[in-house]
Amino acid sequence: MKFWIGAAATVALAAGLALSGANEYFFYAGYVVLQFVVLATAWNILGGYAGYVNFGTAAFFGIGAYTAVLLFKAAGAPLGVQILAAACASGLLGFGTGLLTLRLRGIFFSIATVAVIFIMQTAIVNWRYVGGATGVQLLRPPAMPPFDSYTRMLFVVMAIMAVVGVCIARYIEVSRIGRGLRAIRDSEEAAECSGVPTLKLKLFACTVSGALMGAAGAPLPMYMSFLEPASSFDLNYSVSALAMPMIGGTSHWLGPVIGAILLGSVQQIVTVTISNEINVLVVGVLLVVFVVAAPDGVLGLLRKLKWFHRSFR
Amino acid sequence: MVPPLLQIRGVSKHFGGFAALSEVSLEVAPGERFGLIGPNGSGKTTLINCVSGALRNESGSIAFDGAEISRLPAYQRTRRGIARSFQIPRPFKSMSVLENLVVPLGYVVGLGDTDAHAEALRMLETIGLADKAATPSNRLSQVELRKLELARAMAARPRLLISDEAMAGLAGNEVDEVLKILFDLNATGITIIMIEHIMQAVMRFSQRVICLDAGRIICEGTPAGIVKNPDVQRAYLGA
Repeated sequence: MKFWIGAAATVALAAGLALSGANEYFFYAGYVVLQFVVLATAWNILGGYAGYVNFGTAAFFGIGAYTAVLLFKAAGAPLGVQILAAACASGLLGFGTGLLTLRLRGIFFSIATVAVIFIMQTAIVNWRYVGGATGVQLLRPPAMPPFDSYTRMLFVVMAIMAVVGVCIARYIEVSRIGRGLRAIRDSEEAAECSGVPTLKLKLFACTVSGALMGAAGAPLPMYMSFLEPASSFDLNYSVSALAMPMIGGTSHWLGPVIGAILLGSVQQIVTVTISNEINVLVVGVLLVVFVVAAPDGVLGLLRKLKWFHRSFR
Repeated sequence: MVPPLLQIRGVSKHFGGFAALSEVSLEVAPGERFGLIGPNGSGKTTLINCVSGALRNESGSIAFDGAEISRLPAYQRTRRGIARSFQIPRPFKSMSVLENLVVPLGYVVGLGDTDAHAEALRMLETIGLADKAATPSNRLSQVELRKLELARAMAARPRLLISDEAMAGLAGNEVDEVLKILFDLNATGITIIMIEHIMQAVMRFSQRVICLDAGRIICEGTPAGIVKNPDVQRAYLGA
């Protein structure tokens, strides 16, 4: 119950902020942070629960963005349709990638997912209709009332997606599927021998995870009014989506949310105050610090505090 | 004659050029206590990996309860009634002892969470781990881990339990403890295949023993007959 109130309050807060007179920049930056909440949550479904480290986030994200571009150019599809289609396309990519790679374990799986990024990027670079290597310029349609700017609207859309993403992750986590995924992470052989259909569950996780990543990428073309392959298939998305759950804690849905808000905000602040280049350094340093000093992430540290233990099992 | 519960016919398995199993055939009757012995590297674990589904045999057939299972994925074999414990215990280490049993109770037996927890607790009481129910499974002692392995295998409600060296590395009285658990399980009608290096245990437990060497069955018989067999003595002690 507490969870649902929190979820509703988050959406209401986002909408309230967007309708207030706050500076436009906060929504511009807030959008990115929320986008990382979706990406980190999505990554955690396969990477955190099942222990399959996916380096291909950028591929799913980029395909989501280009699906939106395709639909917008071809049919002038509205944003909602773009997002749903992007989720389907990336979900399908997740399923296909899973079929081909989920028989691999550990580092071999991770390497295979990196390849997916390059395959997808190469395909898009050679596809003129969606802009090819030079990219594509897009004209934003007017914002939907009651919003007076498109950025504010996208901020709320992304907030809703973040909440939906977290709901899905939480559902998977507490359901039987989540227990099966944890069993896979602990020992795949023992999981099979305990009746867990490991390949099916991994495929499911990979598909859902991919679909959410695609959905997160769908509003990107409208957000930037422009899209080109190098920045939409940027490996930094993969690294961030992986680093955020690790920093927040991978065993609970709250971990990726904490990690994304923490790291995402720091990145935004660093971008404005120092430089965009330092971004990557921040991710790297924080990741190393946490892996060494707090392998269970922020959540692991908080669990040691009593009040937290009482509120979250 | 009762049809066999497990029927293995001409099963072979190679790892590269190494023949781990060549043309192994054997049958296990329902309710039997069956011992599988052999020196290190003789193919015991490979054989039961083929039976449980962790590995696929290249030729031959494996039938369980009259149905061919050698092409089924492991989880479906578990659902049909084949459970195993692992030589090196593989607990779900991020879970509590209780939750370890809830996995098969949910996925194989199909119990809901509340029922599964109650049933898991009852099983832990039987096996003597009830006081550890909430303990993370990576904090167990060696003998507790062995018991957990067996309990988790039993939670799948098998008809055939394969115990892969459940007693390796245990002290004398602990061996007796695990042996008693296996005898009790067998008394409830569960067929048991025991792979073991502790001869005293396997000889006391088994009604029938097969000895593997270099991927072939070299001898089959009663425990008393097996130890006197010159081939077995040669395999274990050298020529």
